[in-house]
Amino acid sequence: MKILIRSGRVVDPASGRDAVGDVAIADGRICESLAGEPERVIDARGLVVAPGLIDLSARLREPGYEHKATLESEMDAAVAGGVTSLACPPDTDPPLDEPGLVDMLRRRAKALSRARVYPVGALTVQLAGERLTEMAELAEAGCVAFSQANSPLSDTQVLWRALQYAATFGFPVWLRAEDYCLARGGVAHDGEVATRLGLPGIPAFAETIALGALLELVRASGARLHVCRLSSAGAVQLMRAAKAEGLPVSCDVGAHYVHLSDMDLGYFDSHCRLTPPLRSQRDRQALSAGLADGTIDCMCSDHTPVDEDQKQLPFSEAEPGATGLELLLPLALKWGEQRNLPLARTLARITSDPARILGVQSGRLATGAPADVVVFDPRAPVRISAGMLRSQGKNTPFLGYELEGRVRYTLVAGKPVYESV
Amino acid sequence: MQSNPQLNANGELRHLLSIEGLPREVLLSILDTAASFVGVTEREVKKVPILRGKSVFNLFFEPSTRTRTTFEIAAKRLSADVINLNIAASSQTKGESLLDTVANLSAMQADVFVVRHASSGAPFLIAQHVKPHEHVINAGDGRHAHPTQGLLDLYTIRHYKRDFSRLTVAVVGDVLHSRVARSLIHGLTTLGTPEVRVIGPQTLLPTGVESLGVRVFHDMREGLRGADVAVMLRLQSERMRGALLPSAQEYFKHYGLTAEKLALARPDAIVMHPGPMNRGVEIDSTVADGPHSVILPQVTFGIAVRMAVMSMVAGTS
Amino acid sequence: MKPLPDAEKLCAGLVAELKPLVGPNTAMIGLYTGGVWLAERLHAELGLAEPLGTMDIAFYRDDYHKQGLARDPKRTRIPFTVEGRDLLLVDDVLYTGRTVRAAMNELFDYGRPARISLVVLADRGGRELPICAQHCGAKVDVPADMRLRLRRGDDGKLRLELERAE
Repeated sequence: MKILIRSGRVVDPASGRDAVGDVAIADGRICESLAGEPERVIDARGLVVAPGLIDLSARLREPGYEHKATLESEMDAAVAGGVTSLACPPDTDPPLDEPGLVDMLRRRAKALSRARVYPVGALTVQLAGERLTEMAELAEAGCVAFSQANSPLSDTQVLWRALQYAATFGFPVWLRAEDYCLARGGVAHDGEVATRLGLPGIPAFAETIALGALLELVRASGARLHVCRLSSAGAVQLMRAAKAEGLPVSCDVGAHYVHLSDMDLGYFDSHCRLTPPLRSQRDRQALSAGLADGTIDCMCSDHTPVDEDQKQLPFSEAEPGATGLELLLPLALKWGEQRNLPLARTLARITSDPARILGVQSGRLATGAPADVVVFDPRAPVRISAGMLRSQGKNTPFLGYELEGRVRYTLVAGKPVYESV
Repeated sequence: MQSNPQLNANGELRHLLSIEGLPREVLLSILDTAASFVGVTEREVKKVPILRGKSVFNLFFEPSTRTRTTFEIAAKRLSADVINLNIAASSQTKGESLLDTVANLSAMQADVFVVRHASSGAPFLIAQHVKPHEHVINAGDGRHAHPTQGLLDLYTIRHYKRDFSRLTVAVVGDVLHSRVARSLIHGLTTLGTPEVRVIGPQTLLPTGVESLGVRVFHDMREGLRGADVAVMLRLQSERMRGALLPSAQEYFKHYGLTAEKLALARPDAIVMHPGPMNRGVEIDSTVADGPHSVILPQVTFGIAVRMAVMSMVAGTS
Repeated sequence: MKPLPDAEKLCAGLVAELKPLVGPNTAMIGLYTGGVWLAERLHAELGLAEPLGTMDIAFYRDDYHKQGLARDPKRTRIPFTVEGRDLLLVDDVLYTGRTVRAAMNELFDYGRPARISLVVLADRGGRELPICAQHCGAKVDVPADMRLRLRRGDDGKLRLELERAE
């Protein structure tokens, strides 16, 4: 199908382009210009035309957690949020440790013809942290990387072997840095807020100690490591030094963490019960600055639908997680605005940068690239409410807030998969 | 959920969830009202008709005989009907959620819920979901707060020492796990106590405890020097298992209250303990039974304080 | 509108009225706050043997469900046995009668008196319960939107005042 997106403000972070112009699409790819008349014209006056968003962590809850959400509802949410590619963590039920499961997930996702789904395989069998998975088989089935999701891998010997094995094949390993013993029993950042609220705390050094260990193992094994969901100022510092040293590492931050801190727990708001925990204002500022200067490569939603019953519990009993696919764009824009960044840099963190980590061709509007495009109104207000969210997860600290940045069109492989007035 | 859930639009006490967040005037009002109820507890007919026809449900998710009993006595002295529910035994184990349990009881015409729960914040969650005429009193939630205990501790201190603005108060022991300590510290700072000290080994003091407005001491003798009040916290036996302490003996040697250590405090210092006491662990028997101890009067004041709190919350609309 | 009577004169009148009636078994209780001031004066001038009792009816009011608990209730102190006593219950103004009803309920939780006589400085009418004063200084007409109060000056002198009711 030949589509012309006309007169929008075209922002392509990968090339630095930020100018009013047209984007032409044919045969599912971006092209220089259209031969003949377009079959569809999208009027993008006053709107921004950007590469479709790439989200490195979105839980689709299938297989196994269909009572929380389904592939249909979450894929709807993704394209409504302008997300055209997403990576899903392996913590499904059963976990993605068998090629058959991965294959089935990819087929289901493909059949729905919405966003592209890149499964992340389990690093160990059942995510139990003891035996390695058949990483080569899983990669062949479509896994783009290997991870433990939020399951601990406390046996450092096994961790080392897993990194060595992944390095053998050049497979990237995506891990959240957390020392299992120090984090055990904790539900909030170990600081003044947790002390006042009487909540068991997870100290920031639970992250930095584990990160230090991971970086040592990267030095020893040469594995490509992507550190997931940074939460502390100390971790940002360690990553900065690791990159300066030239280690093959990258990292991301969850969209909530550049906006919220442990102060936002208020009177035990379980919508703020997240993994990792929201830390102090100082940590939040370091994360925001680290994302701006590129120490943190990209922002993801860490989309985790949780049914309301599991949130209407005392804080320490509530299930951690927040919905995020439909908030990724407005939260990224808000962050960029607060830091006075050019729009191209803001959008890079949710398009070209995650594309680089994922190793895919989308995330840019270059000629020949897949036509995964989002057209949005950067100033249109979006009131976050249970009613407007397409995801089955209505759990967000931003309920009732008004954010800016409304998606108008989402195209995947040159096909419009979402439109709104 | 940002506005203080304990106070209604007129600034009156609708629920009692924590001492933190209560304005000074409300705190003093509770203490003054409690003083009137002490008079009631001292006469022969210990009842007043104020809560006649009202139902007080004691919802104890954590077992406790003494606190539940004092709430029961307090409610009955206000002529309320009291229903005791030991939830640990029944519906929770059947998997009923906290809010479902409360909703079921609400359907049975409850007026006041007295709630004790192992998870910090549980009473706040309940208070968000009760009907307008229902009131929640926190009888202890996790490590967070035990406001009626804090109030009776404040009442006791005021009874013996009168003026908070001249006092040095030392809180000794496992502050990390203590909701009693947190409530008392908030109350003392709100009432203008110039020097509030916490004394304990580093493992038993929470991160950033200074931010509560206290001075930290690891040396008990230094911490007790010149103190007007020493509040001893209970040390639970599980602490030895969590690698927080090596033994009760070593703890007693450095942090147990003996006559010798107490001598460093002011000669008219009072000794308090929320109970139940571990004699020989946090406090020596001679001190517990000695002239400085006001541990038994604390219990009497506790009933009057709970009567005051119940009659204040149940009367707001 | 007629001027308010002189509280000092009314007080003297009550003392004269009560003097022949007091005996060794007589005791007096004043109701907070105006009744306590009046009772302190009467108690001193009548030279009663038993110390003065003071009572706050906060916990016996019949309007708890509408108004909630009154702020800062005072403490009821009855430093003598009530059982078998000839009691003089003293209040400043008698109006609906509800305060006296609450006071009697509270009193009976202390014991069973031989008799209770109600002594008031002013009766403004408007009774809602079958209560009357055995000894009354004066009947006073008060408009429905006003409140009649007893005040005590720094010099200890008593005076009656009108103020707007809320």
